[in-house]
This record gives sequence, structure tokens and C-alpha cells, in this order.
Amino acid sequence: MNESIISFKKVNKWYGNSFHVLRDIDLDVRAGERIVVCGPSGSGKSTLIRCVNRLEEHQEGVIRVDGVELSDDSKAIELVRKQVGMVFQQFNLFPHLTVLENLTLAPTWVMKMPKAEAEERAMQQLKRVRIAEQAGKYPLQLSGGQQQRVAIARALCLKPKIMLFDEPTSALDPEMIKEVLDVMTELAQQGITMLCVTHEMGFAKAVADRVIFMDQGQIVEQNSPSEFFNNPRNERSRDFLSKILGH
Amino acid sequence: MTIRSPYKRHSWWRSQASRGLLYQALLLSLCLAGVWYLAHNTLLNMSARGIQSGWDFLNDAAGFDIGESVVSYDALDPYWKAFLVGVFNTLRVAVIGVVAATVLGTLLGVGRFSHNAIVRGFCYGYVELFRNVPVLLQLLMWYLLLTEALPSLDQAISFGSIAWLSKSGLILPVPVWEFGHATAGIGMVIGLVAASLYRREAHQHFEASGRQHSMVWLPMAIVAFGGLAGWLVGGAPSTWSIPTVDGFVMNGGASVTPEFLGVLLGLVLYTAAFIAEVVRSGLNAVAHGQSEAAASLGLNRRQAIRLVVLPQAMRVIIPPITSQYLNLTKNSSLAVAIGYPDIVSVANTTLNQTGRAVECVAIIMAVYLTMSLATSTFMNWYNRRAAIKER
Amino acid sequence: MSAIVSEIFQPIPPRLAPVKTEGTLAWIRLNLFSNVWSSAATLIALVLITYGANRLLSWGLLNAVFVPDANQCQVVRGNGACWGVVSEKFNFIVFGRYPVSEQWRPFAATALLIALLVASCTRAFWKRWLIGVWAVVVPAYFVLMRGGILGLPEVPTDLWGGLPLTVMLAAFGIVLAFPIALLVALGRRSKLPAIRSLCVVYVELIRGVPLISVLFMASFMFPLFLPANKSPDVLVRVLAGITLFSAAYLAEVVRGGLQAIAKGQVEAADTLGLSYWQTQRKIVLPQALTLVVPSIVNNFIGIFKDTSLVTIVSLYELTGALELALNSDAHWRPFKLEAYLFIVLIYFIFCFSMSRYSLWIEKQVKRSKVR
Repeated sequence: MNESIISFKKVNKWYGNSFHVLRDIDLDVRAGERIVVCGPSGSGKSTLIRCVNRLEEHQEGVIRVDGVELSDDSKAIELVRKQVGMVFQQFNLFPHLTVLENLTLAPTWVMKMPKAEAEERAMQQLKRVRIAEQAGKYPLQLSGGQQQRVAIARALCLKPKIMLFDEPTSALDPEMIKEVLDVMTELAQQGITMLCVTHEMGFAKAVADRVIFMDQGQIVEQNSPSEFFNNPRNERSRDFLSKILGH
Repeated sequence: MTIRSPYKRHSWWRSQASRGLLYQALLLSLCLAGVWYLAHNTLLNMSARGIQSGWDFLNDAAGFDIGESVVSYDALDPYWKAFLVGVFNTLRVAVIGVVAATVLGTLLGVGRFSHNAIVRGFCYGYVELFRNVPVLLQLLMWYLLLTEALPSLDQAISFGSIAWLSKSGLILPVPVWEFGHATAGIGMVIGLVAASLYRREAHQHFEASGRQHSMVWLPMAIVAFGGLAGWLVGGAPSTWSIPTVDGFVMNGGASVTPEFLGVLLGLVLYTAAFIAEVVRSGLNAVAHGQSEAAASLGLNRRQAIRLVVLPQAMRVIIPPITSQYLNLTKNSSLAVAIGYPDIVSVANTTLNQTGRAVECVAIIMAVYLTMSLATSTFMNWYNRRAAIKER
Repeated sequence: MSAIVSEIFQPIPPRLAPVKTEGTLAWIRLNLFSNVWSSAATLIALVLITYGANRLLSWGLLNAVFVPDANQCQVVRGNGACWGVVSEKFNFIVFGRYPVSEQWRPFAATALLIALLVASCTRAFWKRWLIGVWAVVVPAYFVLMRGGILGLPEVPTDLWGGLPLTVMLAAFGIVLAFPIALLVALGRRSKLPAIRSLCVVYVELIRGVPLISVLFMASFMFPLFLPANKSPDVLVRVLAGITLFSAAYLAEVVRGGLQAIAKGQVEAADTLGLSYWQTQRKIVLPQALTLVVPSIVNNFIGIFKDTSLVTIVSLYELTGALELALNSDAHWRPFKLEAYLFIVLIYFIFCFSMSRYSLWIEKQVKRSKVR
């Protein structure tokens, strides 16, 4: 079965009247595929992945996620959000709830799970990201790396088919980046579809099936990591790579 | 063998600790000297003017009437009872004012986030207008409107012939108190208990199974039902004292004086503007990312607001809103300017009659200080309990 | 896993959005008619606004009487506003009982005072010579207001009133309160328990009671505090009460600013060998005060509005002067509402401009912090 789990067809998005942030995006993502999206700032990469779970609305084109077409229809959005998990740059954990409560919130209220079952699932996910012992703590009592791992566990509690990562390590101190990347690498090896916006090229080389380079709202080049990093075909890609791989 | 201190012993006045003690001793003696000087002069002046001091005057007959009172009072009652009436009047306007101002202020504060530009503009305009005019002026204007723009009693505006609005205030029908009302009250209390038991049960059911029954409407229905049952048990009393207006005479019913209405209206409309600002900044303070995270987890808008945004907003809102409540209570002291007999008004009359300035001003301050302290204590307790725990 | 290779890249030029989200029509659609409820609200509001504007215009302008003629006003009563009351009583309301021929003096004095206050709030003027300017303007103010020398006829303080009195009480109240507030704020952060407790008691006591009780205290108790022959002026007593009251609130504002200064500043100053007072004067206070200028302006707005309370202790500032002007004049008393609206406008203009100013300062401060 070669059907895409995410498909963008001629998708265009504008901010305001004239800022054309996504231009004629055509993209097909197969189930289980791991994709890294990179590009200079303002290229639209965050906007692209935020369109997948309707945090941003597109004006032209068709986006299909797990067979459901994304539109104003709230039922469709609800279905999609159950299958798509998201991890934010600023973690966005709920500071007034404990770690465990952060994880059980959605299963209890969205999937209407009994509390005991939700807590069991939450502890499973916490073990998966190796932070089970912090279950009773509050988010602001944890370090940045720990908070981001909790955020990943929170998204995994709904057992999504697709995970979106919006620059998950950009807000972390250098010594904490590795612990989060390790968790993401493990996740990648377990068959989940991943769409990741990141600057961590080492992670891309190690884990990604495909690297997509965006610039000025368009997909400029997409290729396997080895091909993209060693043999960029486009002028702009070469320019970008020289800037970030230089130091 | 004792070990010599490595430091050379310095003179005492260079030690920080003894300097500190010296400054404090100086300050305290200055203060005490000042207080002694003031007290000495006060006693001299008071004896020169024939003013006595002491608290015994509180048992003397007051000799003045009070326009409205929750408890029965007449001019022969002692001063302390007059003060009590004043305190009750202050509390009456403060409690109702706080509730009304919170409701209005919250609506205005939330209205600033409306999709509709006219609603947003209205809320903004209201807040700016009412915040930038002194509250005393607002009180005086409302009182003027209530006493001059409204018709006199013989031409009162009637609401279905059972309620009347005029210069003499708002006259409402009131039920005649009978035993049945007491049982209705008891019934409602029983209903409240039953409702909270039901809620606990429903919450446990939700945790066990994930399905939620009605948590708001059903409990309210239970309370109402309890009240109704109690009323029926008590004989279902249904006599009302319906006011009739006959020329300039009003029979029956109960009246709300224009002074009370003026103070209430002025305070509520003024304080609501400040509460609106507090609510608005509270909602703004919750980072946008929180609602995004809630949305990405699949929570719908109502769930996101109730479970994620509101709890965080409340933490930011409660401290400043408590100080607005205190401001409303303190501003009720301006009622003296339009003749509403609150504690300041009563104390002012007493002061003018007995000349006991020190005692009367002290009573006013003591009353307000007690209310402020009580509110601050509550607020500190709430803050500690609700604080977001950090490292 | 086959690699997906992209075709030759063709850059796509940007286009305009098919459905506009900016521009007037788009704004109207999104902000007034975005959904059913919004549209309904817009329509109802438009109906109410047209009706209200119609009534207001006919009452306030078309049927209104602008000449100071009480009889004409009586004729239009109910249908038209009597703005004549404003022209008739203008001098009394705005200047109180100050002699009419000398009213240029409070006008000039107040204008000077306002100019000085505005200058003092602007960082550009925080130089040494500002204190010199204050030392000149303040006596000049009193010379102008009180007179008695330089050929100006004397006007005793109980005739001062109206808007100049409002501005004077607010301005001097906050200026005199400032040094007290500084000391109290520093004292509250002191390590010495006696000083700290004294300051805490003072602040909590004053903040817990209404201004009216402080004014009563000033008005009725201060004469008792001092020896009988030295009974102070009503104005001085009331000013003392206002100062005491503002100092407590101002102290809290300054304390907030002091708390916002990072501890590292004081530590750096300590390691450089600066004494406590040097550190406060040169390092902490300049930073703290710049931070809280918006809050100080807000505080000033509050005091400006609070001056209306001195009416209750028989000083006739703007609100009190109006009451005095109209309560005893049977001809004009029915038109008190129009006079109230007039002073509402005055207060609103002053307070709204001050609050805009403080918002502007806040933006300036924020901008100076962003690199």
C-alpha cells in the first residue's frame, strides 16, 4: 500500500493580503516515513507542519491527513488531532498541573478514558521517555530537557500515528539537547511517522528518510540525507548548507 | 588552650551590628518622643476645649435618627448601636457591590476579546470613561439623576403595578415572612448538601468510566427542588406584601432608598471598569502557546478554556481583584457625601455632636483596618495555595 | 528505501491572496459580521447607536441653550441642555472663590506647575539644574497665588479653589510624598527589624483605611496635636493628610521598582567599595525610578481624582466649587447635570492624557531594553 498518510496538493497560504508564506506545496508522506524539514528562518517550515494539525489554515489547495481532508469542518479537525501529536519549541506544558496530570488530561477529556486506565498509559509513556520518577512534580520544577521529554510523552499518550516536532531543541541549553534527541531517535525506530523541523543536522543524518529544504515558501529540494548533505543540487541549498555546516 | 581571634578587636562603633542597634534605638526614641509630644498636646487642647476623652460616651443615647437600617434603631439607642448600624450599612453596600461589580467587570473584560469590533470598542470606551472620572463625582451624578430625573412618588414609574420607581427609591413587593419560608430555607440547605454529595459521586463515576454526567444543571435543580419541597412542607405560604402607591403615601412592600441605590450604582459602575482591566490582563497573561497545546491535544474550545486557560488566569486575577474589592469597600465611605448612613457618616455625625474626634476617627479606622486585614489574610492564603510550583 | 529526488526547481513568484484579510471590506467582514451572533450584535448596536446619537445631538446641541439665561433654560428643560450654566458659572467652578479680577494668577501659576511636572517626568530633564528650577518655581507659585508682595493683592488660602486647587493638592501632595515614600520603601527592605516594622505598620495602616478617614484625621485631629496657638491652615492640614496618604501608596510603587533591580547590581557596587547610601543613590535608585515612572504617573492620576474628596472637609476644589456654586443658587440649581458633565470633561481630559502619557513612557522603557 503506497498511499500517503499526509498529502499536500497545490497548497497555498497567505498571512494578510500579500505575505505568500506557502507557495504551491506538493508533498506526500508515507506511513512510517521520517522527514526532517530545514531551511532559513521565514521559509515557512513551521507553517507547513502547523497546517497538518490545523493550527494554521491554508487558503488554497487540499491537505489530507490519514484520509481526512482538512477544512473548516470541526469533526474533521477533531479526528485529525487525535491522530497527530505535536511537540512545541516552548514545550507548552500546563504549569498548574503535575506531570502526570498533564499526560492524563487529553485521554480523560478527549478520549473519555477512565482515570485509572489513563494513568497507566501515562506511566507507560513516561517510562518510554525515561522520566517516570518525576510523575508527581510540576513542570516548572524540571529542567528544560526534562520538560521537553514530558511534552513528547504527553503527545504520545493519545497513541498518534503522526508526530510533529516544531524545533524541539531550539529552546534548550546545549547539554540537554542530546537527551531529547535520543528520545526522538528511539521513537523514530518504532515506526511512527515523523515530521520534524530542526536545525540538528546530525539527527537528520542519523534518523531521517528524507530531508526537505524550504526557502521562501517553496520546497526547493528534497532528497535522502546522504544525497542532500553531500550533493545538494540547488544553488540555494548549497548556500544554506554552507552557512549552517560551516562552524 | 584558647585560640586568639585573628582579628584585631575594633572599637564598638565600627561594628555593623552595634551600628544597627544604635540606629534603631535612635529611631524608636524619636518616635516615642514624637508620640509623647502629640499626645501631650492633644490632652492639653482637649481639656482646654472641654472635650472629654474616653469610651464611655458609647453608652449614651445617640440622639439622631438613621435613614435606613438593617436592625431596628431609633434615636434613643446608644451610640454603639448607631455605629453597629453604620457597619451593617457599609457591609450591605459592599457585599452587593462586590458581587455586582464582579459580574459586570468580568463581562466587560471578556468583551474586550470579542470577535465583534463594536463590542470591543464599547468595552474599551466604558473602561476609559469610568476610570478617568473621580468616583465621588460619579456618586454625586447618579444621586442627582435618581433624585431629580425620576418622578415624584405620585407619578412613580410602575412595573406591572407591583413595583415602583420614583424619587423615594425603588419599592418592591416582599413576601410576608412565615414559617414556610424558614422550612424552604432548610430545604435549600438540605438540597445543597445533597447536590454536593451528587457532585462527588458524579466525579468518581467520571474517573472510573470516563463518562461525565451533568455537573452544573442537575445540582442546581436539586437545590431548587429542596427549596420547593421545604416550602410545600411549611404550608406553601404565598402572601406577598404588595406595595400600593396612593398619592404620596406608600403602603406595604419594602423600599430601597435612593441613597443606597446611588451609592451602589456609582460604586459598581466605577469598580467594574477596574475589574474589567484586571480580568483582561489576567486572560492576556496566559501564554498563547497554552491554548495551542490544548488544541493540538484535541481539547475543544470550552474544555481548553475550563481546564487550561482559566485556572492559570485565575492565579493572575485573584490578587488584584481582591484589592479592587477593598477599594470598593473603602470607596463606600464616600456615601457620607450623599447622605447614605454608612459607618463614616454615622461617625461623622457622632463626632460633630460629641466632639470626640480621636475616638470617632479611631473607630472608623479600626473598622476598615479589620476588613482590610481579613481580606489580605484570605488573599495570602489563596496565593499560597494556588501558586504555581517552581524550583 | 528509495530516495525521492525533486525535479528541477522553478522558483514561484509571490501572488496576492485570493480572499483578502486586510483592507476595509475585509475588516468589516471579519470584525463586524464574522458569524451570526456578531452580525446580530452589530445590527442591534447600530440601531441603538443611531437612536442614542440622535437623542444626544438634539439634547446636547440642537435644542440646547448656550447663553447664560436662566429663563431660556427653563423653557427647554427636558428637551435641551442648558450649557448656559457653564458660561454663567465658569469662573466660579474653575477658579473657586478666587477674586475674578485676579484669576489670571492661578491660571499662570497652575500652567507653570504643570509644565514643571511634565518636565520632571521626562528623563531628558533629569539633570542637576532641575532642582534649581524647582527651587525657583515653587516660591513663584506661592507668590502668584497668595500675593501680598510685588504689588499683587493678597488672596488668603481659604479663597483658593477650583481647578488650580485640584492641581496644587495633587502636585504638591505627590512631590512632598516622594521623599517620604523613598525612605519608607528603603526602610521596608532594611535588615534592621525596628525600621522595617515601623515602615510596614505605616504602609499597611494607611493602605487599609479610606482617604476620607485620613482627611478627617487631618482635619479634626491635627489641630489637637499642636499647641493651641499654632493651629495650622486648613489647606496645610489637608495637604499634610494627602501627603501622608500618597506616601504609603508611592512607597509600595517604589518598593516594586527596587525589587525589580537584580541583586547583582548591589553586589557589584559592594565589591567596588561603595557605601550603602552611595549604592542607593548612584546605582539602585536611578534604575528603579526609571522603571516605575509609569506607575508613578498612574499613582498621580489616582491622587488627582482623590483630591475631589477634600470637598467633604470644606475645601472647594473643582467638584466642591461646583457644589458651592449651584447648591445655593435657585436659578441655576436645576441645571446641575450640565455643570457636572462639564467637569466630567475636564477630569477626563486630564486623567486620560496622563494615562496615555504613562503608556507612552512604558513603551519607551520597553523599547530601550530591546537590543
